[in-house]
Amino acid sequence: MTNDISHALRVDDVHKSYGTHEVLKGVSLAAKKGDVISLIGSSGSGKSTFLRCINFLEIPDRGRFVVNGEEVLMKTGADGRAHPASWRQVERIRTGLGMVFQSFNLWAHMTVLENVIEAPVHVLGMSRKEATEKAEALLQKVGLYDKRNVYPAFMSGGQQQRASIARALCVDPAVMLFDEPTSALDPELVGEVLKVIRDLAEEGRTMLLVTHEMKFARNVSSHVMFLHQGRVEEEGRPEQIFGAPISARCREFTSSSRH
Amino acid sequence: MDFSWVFTYWPLIVAGAIQTVLLLVISVGFGFILAIGLALALVCGPFWLRWCAKVYCTSLRGTPLLIQLWLLYYGVGSFLPMIPGLRASVLWPVLREGFFFAAVSFTLNYAAYEAEVLRGALLAVPKGELEAGRAFGMSPATLLRRIWLPRAIRIALPTIGGEVVLQLKATPLAFTVTVMDLYAVAYKVRQDTLLVYEPLIVVTLFYVCLTLIITRAFRRVEMQVPIRR
Repeated sequence: MTNDISHALRVDDVHKSYGTHEVLKGVSLAAKKGDVISLIGSSGSGKSTFLRCINFLEIPDRGRFVVNGEEVLMKTGADGRAHPASWRQVERIRTGLGMVFQSFNLWAHMTVLENVIEAPVHVLGMSRKEATEKAEALLQKVGLYDKRNVYPAFMSGGQQQRASIARALCVDPAVMLFDEPTSALDPELVGEVLKVIRDLAEEGRTMLLVTHEMKFARNVSSHVMFLHQGRVEEEGRPEQIFGAPISARCREFTSSSRH
Repeated sequence: MDFSWVFTYWPLIVAGAIQTVLLLVISVGFGFILAIGLALALVCGPFWLRWCAKVYCTSLRGTPLLIQLWLLYYGVGSFLPMIPGLRASVLWPVLREGFFFAAVSFTLNYAAYEAEVLRGALLAVPKGELEAGRAFGMSPATLLRRIWLPRAIRIALPTIGGEVVLQLKATPLAFTVTVMDLYAVAYKVRQDTLLVYEPLIVVTLFYVCLTLIITRAFRRVEMQVPIRR
């Protein structure tokens, strides 16, 4: 815990329960700058919940969070659960975490370009002109420049997801969080989105990726975590997790999802 | 059919139309602002505030507008002069007019209806889009201003358009508290000339035109964000 500064993200001992059901039973993670960490596991293993705890879309019951060198201040409430001490701070920290959702969640009343410049202009206070230039460059990068004035409802799922990646990039996030970015897509649209994510990985972006695309996880990750029933069952280099897993459950999972 | 009176009475007709439009614009404008507050109280207020908003909406939607107007005009209106100093104040010329009471009661009534419409629309905004706003660091106020409200208002626009037309058609009630609106002009023409149908026909034409303008305006706003069918 001494070298928090060198980590883009450091999370320790996250617990989360819904009622009596304990979803996360102490998950930790450390991401250095440029790391691409994939979270895999069967549904219900807690991987999405863990990702959502990192930007406090779910409030963890316990845990320590250091994002880009800044620790999230927590206080313990009357119910014995932890809460962020300051939502101001959480809001500031969230701007450093670019989130990409399974169901895109683009704002339907805005064009693609308006979606991308929304957070830079109205949260970070960037000028409209500067944000637009930046957004246009990003849309060029994800191959949507000619769709910049289109409303999300008129685009395919793959295009919407690429737009939402551009939206997340436009806030210059220290870490990008991908919550099953291809799970809501038709099979023929998965490729175009994975290509964009792969390009980002090669650029050296720090990324956390919850995914069911095992081949992709194996190819792009620097580190893979296999979650099972709210715990990290096994983690390591992708060659190890997919090639020679130690845990029987992990072996079973990776071999069954290979086909 | 005798329309020769129109040449004598047209300034009065125009003045009446202006009164009607003013009543509409004031009640819809202020009513909508009030409705936003009420709808937020209904959707995410603490229990007591939600309860108050619910009572307000139910009682104002559940009683005739005419009675609300008269309660204000004859009830509150007769108490106002007893407030020390009010009659001497600069506000008095406004406060003693029937127009003031009509505008207030139409505003309160419109707000009650619109709050319920907005409540539904606020709940209809997809949760994921709100979550996206939070995930990008928006404060609750920014989220409301940039995502939640604009999105909800767009969802509710067709209904709001209809409510504005209904509100237009409620304005003749102002005639009962001495406001010289469009309908009051028709009434005066009938008294002066003993013509019954002709003034009503002219006034009807005005209402139809106003309705057309309102529906056109709302369609324009709706078209700003195209909807995929």
